[in-house]
Amino acid sequence: MSALADVPHVTPDGRTIGNVLMEMKNITLRFGGVKAITDISFDIREGEIRAIIGPNGAGKSSMLNVISGFYVPQEGEVWFRGSKRPQMRPYEVARQGVARTFQNIALFEGMTVLDNVMTGRLNFVKSGIFKQALWAGAAAKEEDENREVVEKIIDFLEIQSIRKTPVARLPYGLKKRVELARALAAEPKLLLLDEPMAGMNVEEKEDMCRFVLDVNDEFGTTICLIEHDMGVVMDLSDRVVVMDYGKKIGDGTPDEVRNNEQVINAYLGVPNE
Amino acid sequence: MNTAEVSKELVSIPALLDRNARTFGDSTAYREKEFGIWQSWTWSDTKVQVTNLALGLLKLGVREGDFCAILGRNRPHFYWAMAAVQSVGAVPVPVYQDSAAEELAYVLEDCGARIVFAEDQEQVDKLVEINDSLPQLEEVIYLDPRGLRKYDRTHLHDYNQMIADGAEADATLNKELDARKAKLDYASTCVMLYTSGTTGRPKGVVLSNRNVIESAKNSSEFDHLRREDDVLAYLPMAWVGDYIFSIGQAYWCGFCVNCPESADTLSVDLREIGPTYFFAPPRVFEQQLTDVMIRIEDASPFKRWLFNHFMDFAKDVGPDILDGKPVGAGKRIKYALGEALIYGPLKNTLGYNRIRVGYTAGEAIGPEIFSFYRSMGINLKQLYGQTEATVFITAQPDGEVRADTVGVPSPGVELKLADSGEVYFRSPGVFECYYKNPESTASTKDAEGWVATGDAGFIEKDSGHLRIIDRAKDVGKLADGRMFAPKYVENKLKFFPNILEVVAFGDGRDTCVAFINIDHGAVASWAERNNIAYASYQELAGHPQVLATIKTHVEEVNAQVAQDEMLSGCQIDRFLVLHKELDADDGELTRTRKVRRRIIEEKYDDLIAALYSDASEVSTETEVTYEDGRKGSIKATLSLIDATTHRSSSMKVAAE
Repeated sequence: MSALADVPHVTPDGRTIGNVLMEMKNITLRFGGVKAITDISFDIREGEIRAIIGPNGAGKSSMLNVISGFYVPQEGEVWFRGSKRPQMRPYEVARQGVARTFQNIALFEGMTVLDNVMTGRLNFVKSGIFKQALWAGAAAKEEDENREVVEKIIDFLEIQSIRKTPVARLPYGLKKRVELARALAAEPKLLLLDEPMAGMNVEEKEDMCRFVLDVNDEFGTTICLIEHDMGVVMDLSDRVVVMDYGKKIGDGTPDEVRNNEQVINAYLGVPNE
Repeated sequence: MNTAEVSKELVSIPALLDRNARTFGDSTAYREKEFGIWQSWTWSDTKVQVTNLALGLLKLGVREGDFCAILGRNRPHFYWAMAAVQSVGAVPVPVYQDSAAEELAYVLEDCGARIVFAEDQEQVDKLVEINDSLPQLEEVIYLDPRGLRKYDRTHLHDYNQMIADGAEADATLNKELDARKAKLDYASTCVMLYTSGTTGRPKGVVLSNRNVIESAKNSSEFDHLRREDDVLAYLPMAWVGDYIFSIGQAYWCGFCVNCPESADTLSVDLREIGPTYFFAPPRVFEQQLTDVMIRIEDASPFKRWLFNHFMDFAKDVGPDILDGKPVGAGKRIKYALGEALIYGPLKNTLGYNRIRVGYTAGEAIGPEIFSFYRSMGINLKQLYGQTEATVFITAQPDGEVRADTVGVPSPGVELKLADSGEVYFRSPGVFECYYKNPESTASTKDAEGWVATGDAGFIEKDSGHLRIIDRAKDVGKLADGRMFAPKYVENKLKFFPNILEVVAFGDGRDTCVAFINIDHGAVASWAERNNIAYASYQELAGHPQVLATIKTHVEEVNAQVAQDEMLSGCQIDRFLVLHKELDADDGELTRTRKVRRRIIEEKYDDLIAALYSDASEVSTETEVTYEDGRKGSIKATLSLIDATTHRSSSMKVAAE
């Protein structure tokens, strides 16, 4: 592993990689007798794009669910911004500044794009349910402020033309973009993307890559993503964790990972001798 | 101050801006939808922005006579940039923002632009790519900073920062700006616009303040445009029409220019603004009509019946009511009912309920489409013009509107026809010259100021309206000496919703043949309704049922063409349906989507040869260019289809 990637530094293209934002220490996750994740440790640094790759069933999505607080590992610790994270519910993790998108799109199909993205602002709504219902006091002002943030994200992701379109009517690629918009609306410190380019054509993938890079560049958001498309992973990410059968088999820059023998074996198979 | 004195002062765009800010500074000049809200700027705001930007340009060292290119979509900021560039005595050159890097390089090199206003990272990247071949390019000013954080800032400037810098300019710069503005007169260059280049390289057309302001004044009076009008600026800024509508007429009348949020949101923005003065090329109206018809097909039977009933009725009565002709009271009442039930809501959905004056031009519009809009009470008219005339050559006056003419000479325009049928005009809008191209200028404009349009046409004896047949140089002869005017037959075919584009060949040959492009939207919707499966455009275009439908269209047109004694030779003998859409990125169309006949003829010479052979199909490989400039190729086997032709109307009767 190169020394450079493990200390705060400035990348050749001018992005600042800071201190450790999140650290996974010896995580083990079991579902009954099945070990989904076995003793995995890695860290995510501020401002970096971190990828988790691996063959099907390697435990990538489980890992993401541990980070987002949806699964609680039986062993190991999650450290976030310098302190150990106690057992939390997912919404508490979200309040800490972690947002995500899902592998299988999880939007409100009957609602418009705008309303869907507005739900991402939920943690910023302070007024109670009665004030909201009566549109009284701070509620209206709060809605305006949240709408402003949302409109900037809509502009950023270039989805103005579908602002008022119900999500159910959108093609797959655009739904993925709306999911990203909703995650961004939460103004996350750490953005988790579960296969953001799955099922997309080349053009849609290129658009998505550009948005991921722009999000990282413009807002300084730290991104942790799972992706199958190796080309995308190698181009986008600063560091890559490789998983296979719930174990970590590689960790480093794309170049290091690409030349790692275990990784090659996991992806291409080992000849039977 | 009397009127004569006022008009004497109004000899430049910056002078008009000063007048507007002084006399009705609180009226809205620009609107743009951003972050979901319509933002607006008054004429006073506009003047502040333009002045500050002009001061910023002075700080940057812009000299009088410099060319400043503008590369972006319709945004108020770019309209201000044009006025600011003019204020400092430089010349704005708007460029098509979807130009590929090499097209852009040609234009920037030709005019020697020192400054470029670029919209965003995409445009800046193009400039970076061609920078090495453009030694005279010095500074780039960008509007949208997104993605540009890491770029070298030595020659890259933020638009908003320029305005902020300009606001802090000292008295010397202000004095300099006033001096430069004072020097502008009717003869000074107002703008340079590149022709889209139907043939060969684009040419820079130099237009003076006289051209622009006189044309704007005359046309505004012709259509009674006023300050309360609203236009939607969505056509490319590099096109002369947008310059005249969104700057010339807007500054002259003081009406409001509305800029859409993005190219994709046009239909929503159109509906929200409801322009009173609107321009669109025929394909926009065609597209909308197709969309409406598709949605009506999906509506409930009762609604469909209601729609068809009232639209049929409107076709009889609507145009007469619009033209102010006598119509019976019963019919008027029924039309009013139709207005309440169908026409009104439909116009509202399309964003056309406030239109007082609507124009279409650039191509022939199908009579069906034209009458559809007019029957609903939309005052849609045709005009005929070109960049060299500062738009206006002829236009249809209210009450004299027909689908097949382009109207009478606009105010101040004289027309004459050469023996060959080519149309010549002379007007205050006649361009100064082609930039750095005296030969072309001399061959287009003679010493007396008559300009050859390059179009062949004739003037109807009864009405005095001009009718255009085709480009003069495309008009040829078949081998037996009969006249060949490809556009005439192509337009007739293009009026079918299934057909997007047609290119006919036949000059010097025995018969005519044609390439046809299907309209993907219309044909795909038809395929869906009839459960026809297809995987790609290519497969759809080659489907036997599609080919059969196109064949009936061709034969129907042949029957029509046979009626015309002069042009009966233009019937299509054999045709094929192309496996790809003709595309501006491949150089087959101009950026304004006009067919480049010669290029298509060269590129597909194998297909033309096959059409003139006995073969029944042909295999071909075609190079295609993607939007980002990469190239690929597609292979296809195309069917060559024979269509029935008629010898001529008299012969046919004899045969029967």
